[in-house]
Amino acid sequence: MKPAPFDYVRVENVDEAVDLLAEHGDDARLIAGGQSLMPMLNMRLVRPELLIDISHLDELKKIEKTNGNISIGAGVTQGVLATWNDLETELPLVARALPNVGHFQTRNRGTVCGSICHADPSSELPLCLALLEGEIELRSKRGSRMIKAAEFQKGVLTTDRAADELAVSVRFPVTTNGKSFAFTEFNHRHGDFAVVALAASRQGKRISLAVGGVTDKPEVRQWEGLEGSAIADALNDFAWELGGSDDIHATAQHRRQLIRHLGYKAIEETAQ
Amino acid sequence: MKHLSRDSRHPVSFELNGRVVEGFSEPRMLLCDFLRHEIGATGTHVGCEHGVCGACTILIDGKASRSCLMLAVQADGTEIHTIEGLTRPDGSFGILQQAFHENFALQCGFCTPGILMSLSEFLKDNPDPSVEEIKVALSGNICRCTGYTEIINACLDAAAALRASKAEAV
Ligand code: FES
Ligand code: FES
Repeated sequence: MKPAPFDYVRVENVDEAVDLLAEHGDDARLIAGGQSLMPMLNMRLVRPELLIDISHLDELKKIEKTNGNISIGAGVTQGVLATWNDLETELPLVARALPNVGHFQTRNRGTVCGSICHADPSSELPLCLALLEGEIELRSKRGSRMIKAAEFQKGVLTTDRAADELAVSVRFPVTTNGKSFAFTEFNHRHGDFAVVALAASRQGKRISLAVGGVTDKPEVRQWEGLEGSAIADALNDFAWELGGSDDIHATAQHRRQLIRHLGYKAIEETAQ
Repeated sequence: MKHLSRDSRHPVSFELNGRVVEGFSEPRMLLCDFLRHEIGATGTHVGCEHGVCGACTILIDGKASRSCLMLAVQADGTEIHTIEGLTRPDGSFGILQQAFHENFALQCGFCTPGILMSLSEFLKDNPDPSVEEIKVALSGNICRCTGYTEIINACLDAAAALRASKAEAV
């Protein structure tokens, strides 16, 4: 339960980091907060030759408002975002989700970008990014690109990030007037991985629901003008479409029931 | 850029409970192991080594963090507080330690250093917590002995004692 040997580099800026990534590719791993990577290193699920530390770079520690988005740099921890003054007004969904991300001790170091790049199917921040249709900004020696959340997350712990790319920021669209949100999840203990996590939004007659923890990545559905029993029917269809599977934490049936029950509660909450 | 090769041990230095300490570490050495084996500060306990149990929790630059999820070389230049720092200079218990002692809030004591360090940040931010808030704050620390009731009582007592003493640090 100790990491296999690796070289460690503390870079001075993002350019140095992408140069190293270009040179070492898959043999290198980036570390910011390390709250997902360190357990994998300790269990030797990953054995990089080189660890590139970007955790101290000031250029990555910015939370900025840029044309309709909140851009969160790769060095911003979940704890810092949770105490950001404008969070409740600009990103109310994220404000509701963050207390469920690990524990306050892991949020003190774990980064927002790190959680999104780790791409755990049950994790909360990728779920929020999927529902809000946010984007990820990737940089490499070859240049920069923006990619939509839905195209970024490919499956369990897999993303579209190439081995030479660094996710410099994620962009969450700022909430618009009249849009309401709800977040809820079921887990066995507070702070554990969610068995099922749900994020809902409502604007006018449009309802969106994102579900995590059931398939290999967050799934989003949108409905127009759903009311009363039609909501329950739509949720039942959604639950069966996702299927889910039995594992040590819950059965597929339990997961479907959680989608029906918590999904209904979340959608109701957005109407208040 | 600073490149540390895997085959050698590199100097690491930080402030531990107000005193500068130094040692040598391979890049892969965990901060908890560095504290225990290199510095000899064995108050910090190591349970799961993957961030789940909370036994290894310490304060890094004032923030409660898992010392098993950080490398010793990353701690270079930081300010660290561990359970050893909660004791008063004359060797008597600090407020949190006293409250745990009085409430029988530990049995085997394995989880205790992590719990005290977690609570020391928590009480700084929230000097008058509710039981519900304490439960959430403790969700990242596993105790297999006490059943938590005494720990919660100790935390409430420590919070009251802190408010009464108007002390800054726990
Ligand atoms: S030893 Fe670090 S959290 Fe368990
Ligand atoms: S006192 Fe034994 S684990 Fe907590």
